Amino acid sequence: MQIKTMAEYAANGETPEILFWVGCAGSFDQRAQKITKAFATILDKVGVRFAILGKEESCTGDPARRAGNEFIFQMMAQNNIAVLNGYEVKKIVTACPHCFNTLRNEYPELGGQYEVIHHTTYLQQLIDEGKVRMKEAGAFKGRKITYHDSCYLGRSNNIYEAPRKVLEALDAELVEMKRCRSNGLCCGAGGAQMFKEEEKGTTRINFERGKEAVETGAAVIASNCPFCMTMLTDGVKEQGKEDSVQVLDIAELIAQQIA
Amino acid sequence: MHIIQELLFVIAFGVAVYLFYRKARQIRQNILLGRDVQLNDEPAARWRNLLLLAFGQKKMFRNPLVAVLHFFVYAGFVIINVEILEIILDGIVGKHRLFAPLLGGLYPVLIGCFEILAALVLIGCAIFLVRRNIVKVKRLNQHELDGWPRSDANYILITEIVLMLLFLTMNTADQALQQHGHEHYINTGAFWVTGPFVSLFSGLSDGTLIAIERTCWWLHILGILAFLNYLPYSKHLHIILAFPNAYYADLRPKGKMENMPAVQKEVQLMLQPELAADAPAGDIPKFGAKDVPDLTWKNILDAYSCTECGRCTAACPANITGKKLSPRKIMMDTRDRAEAIGEQIAKTGSFTEDGKTLLRDHITEEELRACTSCGACVQECPVSINPLHIIMQLRRHLVMEETSAPQEWNMMFSNIENNMAPWKMSPDDRDKWAVEMNG
Repeated sequence: MQIKTMAEYAANGETPEILFWVGCAGSFDQRAQKITKAFATILDKVGVRFAILGKEESCTGDPARRAGNEFIFQMMAQNNIAVLNGYEVKKIVTACPHCFNTLRNEYPELGGQYEVIHHTTYLQQLIDEGKVRMKEAGAFKGRKITYHDSCYLGRSNNIYEAPRKVLEALDAELVEMKRCRSNGLCCGAGGAQMFKEEEKGTTRINFERGKEAVETGAAVIASNCPFCMTMLTDGVKEQGKEDSVQVLDIAELIAQQIA
Repeated sequence: MHIIQELLFVIAFGVAVYLFYRKARQIRQNILLGRDVQLNDEPAARWRNLLLLAFGQKKMFRNPLVAVLHFFVYAGFVIINVEILEIILDGIVGKHRLFAPLLGGLYPVLIGCFEILAALVLIGCAIFLVRRNIVKVKRLNQHELDGWPRSDANYILITEIVLMLLFLTMNTADQALQQHGHEHYINTGAFWVTGPFVSLFSGLSDGTLIAIERTCWWLHILGILAFLNYLPYSKHLHIILAFPNAYYADLRPKGKMENMPAVQKEVQLMLQPELAADAPAGDIPKFGAKDVPDLTWKNILDAYSCTECGRCTAACPANITGKKLSPRKIMMDTRDRAEAIGEQIAKTGSFTEDGKTLLRDHITEEELRACTSCGACVQECPVSINPLHIIMQLRRHLVMEETSAPQEWNMMFSNIENNMAPWKMSPDDRDKWAVEMNG
């Protein structure tokens, strides 16, 4: 596989179909790197001409903004917009709902106007177009999968159906948690909580969510966000179910089963 | 005798309306303490929200059983107002059942409908009292409701029950007098709900019946006028403010945070110093919110629209897991503080520092730091309140004005600034995964 950067495309006078915005978690977090690789594998297999920004990508500024530090956010945002506009980027796909929300909703008024798509929506489009096809005897056929709505894809941007449609393509049995869709319970990472110790309480938010997910009896918890991934993995561990319940990103599920 | 009754009524009515107007103007001033934001775009979408969320109570139906009961109480409140119009006109002109001759056969049908609604309001309020005080539904019994808020809720429900009982008793006595052929009490025929109860009163003399009917009439209308003046001091104000609040609801995706143009500009000048020559030096802006006047007027309208139902708090992941944060408390604190500032202005003519602020005196850092910005509170609120917006503005003040942040956040900030990532990772490793895949 040859993953090229925007700079490499530009040097050859070419334009990719999409920019894959990897995000900090997808770039640096060991667990999330697997999601990044899974999604890149799918794109490569389908033959989508995609680019990454590579070393030119920076944090979107989401955690700084939500912690209250607008200066850092503006620095990141304006730098990123300068880079993106410099390459005349039109279409961005990202596997992180926080990056997705910031790029889609917060960059336009700062001068960064792009078509921004979350990877679950993009996968749904590829499936609908027949470009992604699943193996005949899929490993998840008939198995119970539950889906965790991330706040920044769900409530923040009203995307509830696309990820579920992607899961349907696996022929799995989708079981919902009691709190799902617009009623979904947060994993506990948003609002920059990922980067600090939780405030004092009776339990941790990811323990509460992990318990709820495990109680569905699902063998797989499907997530769409690298931060939810970390939180839910710990939540499942707390339930002592790390051997029987897997937490997998939707891209990983598809990458495993793509024909 | 009649003329005295009419006079007394007009005076009572006038005083009630004047007092309400005065308090309403005060609340309007308190709301306008907030900074200005333009919320007049997309009128079509705003009218849609007003119709669906306020009139249609769309979000209430996330819990259908409670929604139906609440709808009875709400419909009863709105529709019985038509009857109150008749009562007020009767009171002013000294007539009895002014609309009866005008509407003819339709009149008992109309009153019948009002009576059914009154009965439903009564049942609804009774069930709500049970939910609060006997079943003790969690969200209706949390800490921040201790004291006045809990009493307020019970007073409202009890008042509504009493008002409905007065209305129904009045109609029963009225029909008994009609049957006695009393000339003042024009014959309307039996009403649907109270009709069967008339026999209870049939043994009473005309004098007693008139006393019952008049007492109920007076207590009912005086009760309503008193209740009108209770509203502005109570969480029950939502019956009015839910409507403008739905209209002015934020229409942007919930994930979008409010931009700070002053910071945007400053960073722009830092990144492109060549622009600085043309830029006029502005005042040093305030960052975020420390007190109520730093919030937007919509935030304060939100606070006055809150009926403390606690759907936000019941859905808040921080609250569910025992943290101090309760979005409902954020709204209650904001209203309390707006009231305190408003009182000071009413007394002294202007607002001067009183040594207190919304931040810390009402809302602690611990509460603010527990928020995951998940948006569940915004999603759940039936009357379009946004507690998250207030939380985020207070966080901005903490970090940008006081550099008050947990140590881990300060590390995150410096990591982003230096390494372009919230972790201490080398920017050179950002595409390491791709290098690995490229082999």
